[in-house]
Formats: sequence, structure tokens, C-alpha cells
Amino acid sequence: MAKIIVITSGKGGVGKTTTSASFAVGLASRGYKTAVIDFDIGLRNLDLIMGCERRVVYDFVNVIRNEANLNQALIRDKHIRDLFILPASQTRDKDALTLEGVSTVLEELSKTFDYIVCDSPAGIERGAQLAMYFADSAIVVTNPEVSSVRDSDRMLGMLSSKTKRAEEGRDPLTEHLLLTRYSPKRVARGDMLSLSDVNEILAIPLLGVIPESQAVLRASNSGDPVILDKESDAGQAYLDAVARFLGENVPHRFIEEKGNWLKRLLRFKEKEIS
Amino acid sequence: MSLSNKISKILDYFQRPEKTSRCAKERLQIIIAHERGSHNKPDYLAALQQDLLNVITKYVAIDREAVKVELERKEGFSVLELNVTLPNLE
Repeated sequence: MAKIIVITSGKGGVGKTTTSASFAVGLASRGYKTAVIDFDIGLRNLDLIMGCERRVVYDFVNVIRNEANLNQALIRDKHIRDLFILPASQTRDKDALTLEGVSTVLEELSKTFDYIVCDSPAGIERGAQLAMYFADSAIVVTNPEVSSVRDSDRMLGMLSSKTKRAEEGRDPLTEHLLLTRYSPKRVARGDMLSLSDVNEILAIPLLGVIPESQAVLRASNSGDPVILDKESDAGQAYLDAVARFLGENVPHRFIEEKGNWLKRLLRFKEKEIS
Repeated sequence: MSLSNKISKILDYFQRPEKTSRCAKERLQIIIAHERGSHNKPDYLAALQQDLLNVITKYVAIDREAVKVELERKEGFSVLELNVTLPNLE
């Protein structure tokens, strides 16, 4: 039985697809057979981030409508043998996804895969609801910014009531917070919500902090998920987050401002005074 | 410019501006606490306004625009503000 992970956020543009791509690569490179599914019907982007946009022939909706079988639609990743991408349809409307259709696809994937990563669309419409419905774990991607935190809280409410696990009264899915686009420098200046602020408000276990990083745009430019850029801060932060997801005890990094000791000392003094 | 003015300007330069992150956190705590409690309940303000209007028109002839209902969310409680403009009773 595969473990189903939903990457969700409510708000758009916070890093769901970046996270889905990097998590899928991270899990697959640890030897777990992994499928990553784009649930954003009509606005597919996972294929671009994974660098397989020119190899898309059939998609998720084709499979649901029995126009293609699953093996025809799954695209093998160019880097990792054990990783497959199921792209969203670019042309059909989002009502093309049905509960039965999604259920059938996930069941079939579950037979042979270890992990299924569901890249949720933004919003709270059908695509987002179906992406989370069958999940065993949820990674809530949040930016340290008021609208993103509010939307994440809304998603947490939905995760605890509108999923199969909740409806059947089984153990609730496990929730993980992934704080992305974090800038320790701006936090130190008092211009950005801190990790502890967000943690206090959302009150779910922290999976990791991904620093604001130029590597993320470079990665999407080239179509190689940022986790493959092992030199970069964001890439390392994703590697850490995947390790934590798999139960390893990895200390958090990239949450303190780099910089000279004098600056830190001054800031410390200032805190003492105020 | 007086000396004290100059000094205060210099001090201002070293003073940090008010930290907006603290404001963000407080606003979030209030709105989220509120939404967690009520996001499954129907939005009753419009119905409340209609009912209030009906009650008041039983006694005083007022027009529809004369009743304003506002809700302000604060930490731990909400304030329901009712504002009725009565016609000049001469």
C-alpha cells in the first residue's frame, strides 16, 4: 500500500509545486518508488518544474476517462528511475476530476508504488478537495505572510473534516508545516513573521524551513527540481525536510541570520534593552 | 533648528521603526481564532439586519437604509454594533 501525501496551501504561489517536485525527487532518490500527480487541471505546471513538459502525451483526465491507461500516461523522470509523473490535463475544465476516477487511479498506483505525492491546486475547489481526500499525510506549505498563514489555517480545518480518513472516523492524517520563502534577515529586522510566530498560530509539527533562495527560480528555469541543486541552501533544506519526513532526526538549518558577530551582538543588546 | 531637535533627529535615526511582524501576528491571532470558531456557521448578519428592521418598523416608520449592523472581531470577543437612525419625531 502506498502512502499518499498531499502538498497543499490554500493560497497560490507559495511553493506547492516546487515542494511537490522536490519531495518526489527526494523520496525516489532514497529508493522509494514514487509517483507525483498534478491535480491542477487546466493550469498544469508540475511538468515544467520537473522538466518533462515535452514528453506529455496523455494526462490524468485521459486516464480517468479511460482514454489511456495509467502506464501510458505516467512519465518516467529523466534523473531517477523510480520516479514517475502524472501530468494534469491542460485543456479540460477542472470538473473533469471525479471522486471515483481519482479513487481508481490512486488505488491502481497504490499496488506498485511506495509514495504518491499529490500536488494540490490553489483554492478550496474540487481539485484541491480531491487532492487531499485520500491523503495519509499533508504537507502544508506556508509563507511567513498574513494571507498565506490564514489560508493555511483554513486548509488545516478542511484536512480535519473533508478527507476520507475524517469521514470514516479513522486516525487523522499526519500534518506537517513547511515554511517556505523564509528570510532570517527580514525576521531579525522585524519585517517578517518569525518561525515561532507561524508555529504558534498554526500549531502543527514543523517539517522544515526553506529559505528564500535564488536557486528556486534557477531550478524552475532549467526544469530540474531544486532539491537536485545540492550546493544551494534551498536544495539542502529540502533534503533535510525529506529526511525528517522519513523519521530521521535532522536539526533545523537556515533559520538564523548569517552575518557578522558584531551585528548579532548589537541585536542581542537591543533585545536586552527593550 | 534647535539643539534638542537635532538631538532627537539623530536619535530617530538610530531608533528602529515599529516592527510590522508583531502587528501581523496579532492580527492573525485574532482573525484565525474567530474563523476557527465560526467558519462552518452561516453568515447570519444579513438575516439579523432584516429581522431588526422588521421589529423596528413595527413601532417607527424608518427606511431600509436606517439600520446598520457591524461586527468587529477582537481578541476573545466580538462587538456587534447596531446603529439605527430614527426619523425626526416632532
